[in-house]
Amino acid sequence: MSILELKDLRISYASSEGRLPAVRGVDLHVDRGEVLGLAGESGCGKSTIAASVLRLLPKDAEIDGEVLLDGEDVLTMGWTRLRAVRWSKASIIFQGAMHGLNPVKRVGDQIAQAILIHDESASKESAARQARELIEQVKLPARRARAYPHELSGGQKQRIMIAMALACGPELVIADEPTTALDVMVQAQILDLLKGLQSELGLATLFITHDLSVLTEVADRIAVMYAGKIVEEGPAKQVFDKPKHPYTRALGSAFPEIGDWSYRMSPVGLAGDPPHPNDIPSGCAFHPRCPVATAECADHEPRLESVGPARSASCLLLEPVQNGQMA
Amino acid sequence: MSQPDVSAPLLELRGVRVSFATSRSLMGSPGASTVAQAVDGVNLSVSRGEILALAGESGCGKTTLARAIMGLQPAQEGQILLDGVPMGKTSRALRRHRRRVQLIFQDPSAALDPRQTIYESVAEGLRVQKTPGVERDLVAKALSRAGLRPPERFFTKYPHEVSGGQRQRVLIAGALALEPDVLVADEPVSALDASVRGEILQLLLKLRDELGLAIIIVTHDLGLAWMVANRVAVMYLGRIVENAPAEDLLTSPHHPYTKALLSVVPENHHQEQMILSGETPDPTSIPSGCRFHPRCPLVASGQARRLGIEDRCTSEDPQLTESGSDRAAACFAELVEVPSAQSPSTTTQDPTRATLEDS
Repeated sequence: MSILELKDLRISYASSEGRLPAVRGVDLHVDRGEVLGLAGESGCGKSTIAASVLRLLPKDAEIDGEVLLDGEDVLTMGWTRLRAVRWSKASIIFQGAMHGLNPVKRVGDQIAQAILIHDESASKESAARQARELIEQVKLPARRARAYPHELSGGQKQRIMIAMALACGPELVIADEPTTALDVMVQAQILDLLKGLQSELGLATLFITHDLSVLTEVADRIAVMYAGKIVEEGPAKQVFDKPKHPYTRALGSAFPEIGDWSYRMSPVGLAGDPPHPNDIPSGCAFHPRCPVATAECADHEPRLESVGPARSASCLLLEPVQNGQMA
Repeated sequence: MSQPDVSAPLLELRGVRVSFATSRSLMGSPGASTVAQAVDGVNLSVSRGEILALAGESGCGKTTLARAIMGLQPAQEGQILLDGVPMGKTSRALRRHRRRVQLIFQDPSAALDPRQTIYESVAEGLRVQKTPGVERDLVAKALSRAGLRPPERFFTKYPHEVSGGQRQRVLIAGALALEPDVLVADEPVSALDASVRGEILQLLLKLRDELGLAIIIVTHDLGLAWMVANRVAVMYLGRIVENAPAEDLLTSPHHPYTKALLSVVPENHHQEQMILSGETPDPTSIPSGCRFHPRCPLVASGQARRLGIEDRCTSEDPQLTESGSDRAAACFAELVEVPSAQSPSTTTQDPTRATLEDS
């Protein structure tokens, strides 16, 4: 059984112009110990998916479908059960999370507090000891437990946030743009740490980012999202090196390989913005920006179909294949 | 004014230093008054029709340097020359300098006034600079050069009515309206959606070629430098540590810091990862000797000792040394190593590799 399975997930928000569909029918799964990269741009619905796993969505959100965490539907759980699975089954590292630390409390106490809330049998002393162990696990000296957030650098704060996400021994960690605000060298340090923790603890991870190249470093599989739907999915390296969907190709082009002469003095980009949820184009939602769209693309919405072994994509121009055989 | 020399660089920096007095250092010890040496003796030049990428991590001084180039931040020492003429210090001279050297901000959504039409945003600089000519024509010309055509269609629109890429074009039009010679673009695409970035970078290339602009792109993104830069200057703790034609620097870096930066660009696996520990150190306490030596992989691995340069690394401040073919690196290893020994094919035999990964 997968640790996380999303079945036909649909999420919309209330607005003055009616319901805004942020997620429009997503099926995804993350296996135990697996790192799934979810890539997409602003407004594609990737952060809404992240929040839905722990039911952290605002009250005006309408949710349909199933979010199965270790086989149990998060959407129908009672509050007591939900509180129990949060942090201990799955935890989340937010975008810009280092600003989420309480500035007037020592970081060790903040980690210990998370442990005490979720484990009533824990004593204050054992929680403090665990906090120090967690801080060492994210490769900081244990004495940093006594530091206040302002005494730490951006990278160190992000390590503390990771320690906190690990506090209750989750099986799944959701990392929403965990390295976006960091410098390249610090990003490399944090990615290295996450990779180490994943193999050491057998953690499953849902890693969300706009940077497809980062996912080639950490992810086993990549799913690419556009306008609330998955448009391509497959093994990480294959999706990055040989994208099937024209949108995946465009997203990857923003982060070219240095030394790839096809990009030298010729950057590749798309006109226009990713669509806003209140104005999703007809047919294939990507067709107005698609460099290879045909007249048909404006009328027919493609389905996510198998386009090769372990790979799927939704594009009318791709030939679907059956039983993993190339057509 | 002297005649501009066509062979001379358009913009030249000679020994520029910028420091800030801070009441306390960045990492604690309150009370002590210290000086942050943000830019510590920078020599740099850009020619017409050239794009220079100024690369480095946050805190390396690249934004302060960009502000000094703009005349927005006075330099305590050194000279900034435009067409061979040093930048004046009077407010009139500074205003003239700032017309010729225009800045493009990072985040167009934050830099544009949401209550101002696109026409007003572009015309603002013209009014401040009291530019002669018919304002409407100048605005139209600038919008159209920035790729917003027909320009009249954009006059009455507000920033929220156009796409993110178009907003960045509006900012660029605002800069172009003043007919500058130099554009300084501070992370010009980092606030844009990934799929939108390419079109803005294409526009910068077009402006370089069609208007002969000199463009300085301040960025931490070496992949971006690969796509558009003619030259790359890498900055570390207020100093340029390597400066070379983009293709040379990005495919066979000389300075160990450049090598490390390139090795951690995701999906750039020509060399093994060299993850440096720690973050860019504090500009209020610059290490003695080579400022990079406490984090330098050559020193940590013993390679510097084997090359017989370790004493110099810890006690002498290396200068940017020309190593032929228009490139320079501030590293003592440059003086003892044959540059060809660093070609990618031989890097696997580099004895420093094994220990680099644990650092």
